[in-house]
Amino acid sequence: MATTEVRGLGHSVKRKEDERFIRGKGNYIDDVTLPGMLHMELLRSPFAHARIVSVDTSRAEALPGVVAVVTGELMAQHNLAWMPTLSGDTQAVLATDKVRFQGQEVAAVVAESAYVAKDALELIDVEYEPLPALTTPQQALEDDAPLIRDDKEGQASNLIYDWEAGDKEATDRAFAEADRVVELDTFYPRCHPSPLECCGCVADVNPATGKATIYMTSQAPHAIRTLFALVAGLPEQNIRVISPDIGGGFGNKVPIYPGYVVATAASLLLGKPVKWIEDRTGNLISTGFARDYHMHGELAVKDGKITGLRTSLVADEGAFFADAQPSKFKIGLFHIVTGSYDIPAAHVFGRGAYTNKAPGGVAYRCSFRVTEASYLIERLVDVAALELGVDPAEFRVQNFIKPDQFPYQSATGFVYDSGDYEKALRLALEKLGYDELRKEQAEAREQGRLIGIGLASFTEVVGAGHGKQYDIAGLRMFDSAELRVHPTGKAILKLGVKSQGQGHETTFAQIVAEELGIPYEDIEVQEGDTDNTPYGLGTYASRSTPVAGAATAVISRKLRDKARTIAAHLLEASEDDLEWDRGRFSVKGAPDRAKTIQEIAFAAYTDLPDGVEAGLEGVHYYDPPNMTFPFGTYAVVVEVDRGTGAWKVERMVAVDDCGVRINPMIVEGQIMGGLTEGFAIAAMELITFDEDGNCIGSNFTDYLLPTSWETPSFELGETVTPSPHHPIGAKGVGESATVGSPAAYVNAVVDALAHAGVRNLEMPVTSARVWEALQEAGLAE
Amino acid sequence: MYPARFEYFAPTTLEEACELLDRFDGEAKVLAGGQSLIPLMKLRFAAPQALVDINTVAGLDTLAEEGGSLHIGALVRHKTCERSELLGGRFGALGAAAPQISDPIVRNLGTVCGSLAHADPQGDWGSVMLAVGADLEARSSAGTRTIPIEELFQGPFTTSLRENEVITGLKVRDPGPKAAGTYLKLERKVGDYATVGAAVHVSFENGTVGRAGIALTGVGPANLKATAAEEALAGRELDDEAIVEAARLAAEAAEPQDDVRGSAEYKRSVARVFVERGLRAAAEGRTDG
Amino acid sequence: MADTAIEPMAAQTTRAVSVTVNGEAHAAEVEPRLLLVHFLRETLGLTGTHSGCDTTHCGACTVLLDGVPVKSCTVLAVQADGREITTVEGLQQGAELHPIQVAFREEHGLQCGFCTPGMMLTSVALLQENPDPTDEEIRWALSGNICRCTGYQNIVKAVHHAAAAQTSEGGS
Repeated sequence: MATTEVRGLGHSVKRKEDERFIRGKGNYIDDVTLPGMLHMELLRSPFAHARIVSVDTSRAEALPGVVAVVTGELMAQHNLAWMPTLSGDTQAVLATDKVRFQGQEVAAVVAESAYVAKDALELIDVEYEPLPALTTPQQALEDDAPLIRDDKEGQASNLIYDWEAGDKEATDRAFAEADRVVELDTFYPRCHPSPLECCGCVADVNPATGKATIYMTSQAPHAIRTLFALVAGLPEQNIRVISPDIGGGFGNKVPIYPGYVVATAASLLLGKPVKWIEDRTGNLISTGFARDYHMHGELAVKDGKITGLRTSLVADEGAFFADAQPSKFKIGLFHIVTGSYDIPAAHVFGRGAYTNKAPGGVAYRCSFRVTEASYLIERLVDVAALELGVDPAEFRVQNFIKPDQFPYQSATGFVYDSGDYEKALRLALEKLGYDELRKEQAEAREQGRLIGIGLASFTEVVGAGHGKQYDIAGLRMFDSAELRVHPTGKAILKLGVKSQGQGHETTFAQIVAEELGIPYEDIEVQEGDTDNTPYGLGTYASRSTPVAGAATAVISRKLRDKARTIAAHLLEASEDDLEWDRGRFSVKGAPDRAKTIQEIAFAAYTDLPDGVEAGLEGVHYYDPPNMTFPFGTYAVVVEVDRGTGAWKVERMVAVDDCGVRINPMIVEGQIMGGLTEGFAIAAMELITFDEDGNCIGSNFTDYLLPTSWETPSFELGETVTPSPHHPIGAKGVGESATVGSPAAYVNAVVDALAHAGVRNLEMPVTSARVWEALQEAGLAE
Repeated sequence: MYPARFEYFAPTTLEEACELLDRFDGEAKVLAGGQSLIPLMKLRFAAPQALVDINTVAGLDTLAEEGGSLHIGALVRHKTCERSELLGGRFGALGAAAPQISDPIVRNLGTVCGSLAHADPQGDWGSVMLAVGADLEARSSAGTRTIPIEELFQGPFTTSLRENEVITGLKVRDPGPKAAGTYLKLERKVGDYATVGAAVHVSFENGTVGRAGIALTGVGPANLKATAAEEALAGRELDDEAIVEAARLAAEAAEPQDDVRGSAEYKRSVARVFVERGLRAAAEGRTDG
Repeated sequence: MADTAIEPMAAQTTRAVSVTVNGEAHAAEVEPRLLLVHFLRETLGLTGTHSGCDTTHCGACTVLLDGVPVKSCTVLAVQADGREITTVEGLQQGAELHPIQVAFREEHGLQCGFCTPGMMLTSVALLQENPDPTDEEIRWALSGNICRCTGYQNIVKAVHHAAAAQTSEGGS
C-alpha cells in the first residue's frame, strides 16, 4: 500500500455517511421501531401563566386504543414531576400546580397509534385559572411583578442571577479619559435552531432485565445518561442511551426534555417500548430557544482607538433556567465581547430573569452566547466608525489585535491562541473589490439607488474545555477517542462526541489516516451509543474537532508509538533507527527494510516482542489546555428597494480562519450552512409573544426559514493560522458563520441608509422596519 | 398533525358528487388539490364528516380560451397556469400571479378554483379575479348557476357558495383585444402569504383605458377591489398623472392592520407603490399588444 | 377505482387502496385520514421519506406521484389509489445509484441527510422537465424544500452535476 493513497488532513474526500443518506437508509429516531411499541403524544398548555385547577383524564382513558394517560400528579407520585436542568435549576416535567409558558407539557397519552393518541388529547379536560403573563424580562423584574417560580423555596422575585466579568474600575477610568463615547442599545431577538428533524425518543425499559434502552435525539448521550440516572433513580449501568442518526441539532438536541422523561417513565410503568416524536409546534414552542438578549454596549474612544468597552445585558431565560452551558458561566462566554480588538479595559454585566416563555437560551450555533457578544461588538464598531467618520474597514484594522500580540490576554480573561485578523480582512476586501464597490455605491446613490456594504470581523471562542473551568452540571468537558486497529489493518474509532450532520464518520477517520497511515475508507467511526463509546460531553459549541479531534490525534500517536516498538521487533532494528512515512516504518538508510501499518497491526496479534501486550488499541481522554479562537471577516453587499424596504444580498464574501482544515469541503459546507442561518436570523426569524403570552412563531407559517430562493450565494475564502496548542493545529468552525454573519448583514443594510442619518436597525431587519427607517430618513419611494 | 376521522368518497361524475354533498347536508367538503383543506384538517381547525374527492371526475381540467374569454376548470392546477402561455398578454395578471402562489410543490396539486372556494382573505387568486373579472360556475343537484366573482367573497373563509354546491370551473371575462396586467406580491419568503399583493389589469380602448381592474391582497378583511381607483382611470390615457392618482386612490381604499408583517401605514404605502408599478407595466404592455 | 353513489349508510372505517410504489404493487386497508407519508413510512416500512413540519412548508416528505413532486404529508393515502409513487428508495436501480444520488454525494449536497430524499426527488422532476437549468431555475424549483444544514449552494451544484451526467449519458 503506497502512502500516497492515504488521504488525511487537508483532503476534500467524499463522506462515508452519505452512502446511507442518499439511499434513504438513514436511521433517524422516527425510523426506530420495536416490537409492541406504543406511541405517546403530549398535551400542552394553551396559557402562558395559569393555575391548574383540575385535570380529568377519564374521557381520554376510555377511548379505544389508549393504553395510559399520564398526568403531573402521577409523575409526582414517582418523584418525577420535576427534574434538574443543565443550569442547576428545576424544570417541570408535567405541570402540577401551574403552567408557566404557553406550550408547557401538562399530560401525556400513550396509545396504540399516534393518530389515536392525538384523538385522546382532545378528550383530556383541564381547568385553568389564567394569571397575568410576563412577556419581557423588564416586566418580570418590576417590583410588583407576579412571582413565576413560586414553586422554588426562597425565590422572592423573578431575578435568577447577576453575573460580571472584567475590571469595572479600569473600565470606568478608560471612559472617564475618553474623548468620545459611542453607545448602542440593541436586542438580539428570540429565535430557534429548528433543525429539520424534531426531537424524539423511543424508551424501552425491559421489564425482565430492568435495562432501559433509550433511543434519543441527543447531541450529548453520555451526559444525558448520567443525568437520567440521577433524575430517574435508575442505576446507571442499566441505562443505555443510543443516539441514532440525527437530522440536524444546532444545539436544539442537547437538553433533557420532559418528553424523554415521561416516555421513559411510561415505558417503565407499562413494560413496553414507548415512542415520542414531537411535532413542529412542540419543537418551536417548548424546546431550547436561542438568544433573547437585551444588550447595551459602550465604547470609549481616545485618539481614534478603542480604550474601553462596557456592556450590560438582561437575559430573558423563560420559565426555567435551563441553558445548556458550562456551569461557571451564567451568560455563557459572552465576555468574549472584546472580539478581535485590542481593548485594554472591559466590563461585562449580565442579569437573568424568568418570564412566561419556554426555557432555553443557549442554542442555535451560538458557541455559548458568543453570537450575542459578537453581534454587539461588530455593531458597536460600525456605529463608532460611522460617528467618527472613519471607514469601517480601516477602523477595524486600527483596533485589531496584532499578530505579534498572540497569545493574547484579553481584558476579560481569555487567552487567545492565535490570529491574524488584518490578513483575513484584507483578503475579504480584495475578493469583494471593496474600493471599487464604495465608488459604485456613491454613483448609485446619485441615481437614487441604495446600495450598502457591511463588514464583520469576528473572533470567537470554541473547544470547551479545560476541566477546571468548563463543566456541564459538574461533568468536566474533556472528550474522548478510543481506537482499535484490527489484525487486518482496518480500524474502529469510537468517540464521545455525536455528529448531527457534521461528517464525523469521515473527518475523524481522516485524522487517524493522517497519524497512522490507514486509509480513511478502512476506518469505521462510531458515536452515540453509551454502552459502546468512551465517555464524552458531546457535540455542540464547535467542540468536537478541538477536543475529540485532539483526543483522536493523541491516541493515534500513542498507537503509532506502539507500532514503532512492534516494527522494531519485526525488522530486528532499534526503534531509534526507524523512520515513519505515513503508513510505514522503514530502517534509516535502508528503505526497502520496511513494515506497513497493516503488517504491524497483524503482528500485534500474532508476533509480539516479549513483555508487550497484545493488540493495537487504546483510549484517550483529552483535557484541552485552552480554548481555540477561530476568526474571520465577512463582507455583505445589499441593495434596498425604496418602495418596499425589501433588501437583497447581491454578494456575500466570507473569509474564515479555523486553523488547519481536516476536510475543506466539509468545512465550507459548515460555513455556508451557518451563513444561511445568520441570514435567516438577520432577515426573518423571530419568536415573539403578544401581551397575553401567546407565542407567535410556533409553526413555519410564522417562524420563517429561508428557502433556496431567498438564500444568497456565498464566495468563500480562507486563511490558515494554526492553533499552537492543538495537536493538529485545528480550531472549531461549525458556529463561526452564525456567530459572525448576522452583524455583517445588518451592517450592510444600515450602511445603505447611513448617509441619510440612519445608524441602527433591529433584527429581524424586515422590509417593514427598513421602510420605517426610509420614511424617517426621507428616502422612501 | 393528524386529522380527525372522516369518510371518503371518490365519485367519477358530478351527479354523484352533488348527491354526496346533499347527503351530508353541509358536513362534507369538496377535495380538489387539498393543499389548503388538508393542512386545516391536520391542525383540526376543520373536521368535516366526509370528503368528496372530485379528482377522478372527468372534464374538469380544461384550461382553454373560448371566444375571447379564458375557461379554467375546477381541477386546473396552479402549475398548469404557471406553464401556460395562455396566461400572458391580455391575461397577464393571471400569468404573473400563478408562479407566486405558495411554493412550487404545492402548486403541483393546488387548484385555482379550490383557492377561490377556500376564500382565504390573504389568497392571491381572489385579487387577480376581482381585477380581471371572472364568473364561477357552481353545480348542485338543483342545477347550475353562475356566481360573478364580485359576489363570491362574503368574509374570511366564507363564500356565497351553498353547502351542497361544487365549483366546476370559472370563466375569466374577455378583456378585449388590447389588455395587459400584472400581479405584484411582497412576501417575506417563498410560501408566505402576501404582506401586500396588488393585481392590476387594464383593458384598453382606442389608446385610453376602457376598463381598469385593481384589487389588493393582505390589506383588508378580504381581497379588496379598489373601485374608486378603477373608476378614476376609466376613459383616461394611462399617463404618469393618471397612474399616480389611481395608486393614491387605491392606497386610500386599503384597510390594512398593524401586525408582524408591518404597520398599517407601511402596507398602505406598499399598496400605492405596487399599483403604480403595476400600472406602469400595463402601460408598457400596451405597445406589445 | 370508482366509487358509486350507492354506498352503505354505515360509516366506513377503512378503505382499500392499491398503489404502485417504486415499481412494486401494494394493497392495504387504510383509514381515509391516514396521510400518504405515514402510509409509506409505517404501512410499507419505507422510512426514507421524512416528516419535518405540521404546516406543509418544509418539503421533507416530498415524493413523486405519477412523476410529479407532491408533499406526501398533505395527500391522503386513499388519494394515491391506482397511482404510481416514487420514493427515495426507488431512485437506485439494482446496485446502480441514480445520477442525482451520485451528484449529491460528489458535491457535498447533504449534511444531516434529513431533507435529502425530498430534495433529490424534486431535482429529478426538475431535470425531467428542464435538463439544463440555470442556478436561478434550480433555486426556484427547490424553493418548496427547506434545508437547514447546507445553505443550498452545494445542492445547486449537485443538480448541475446530475444534469451534466445525464446529458453525457444521453449523448453517448
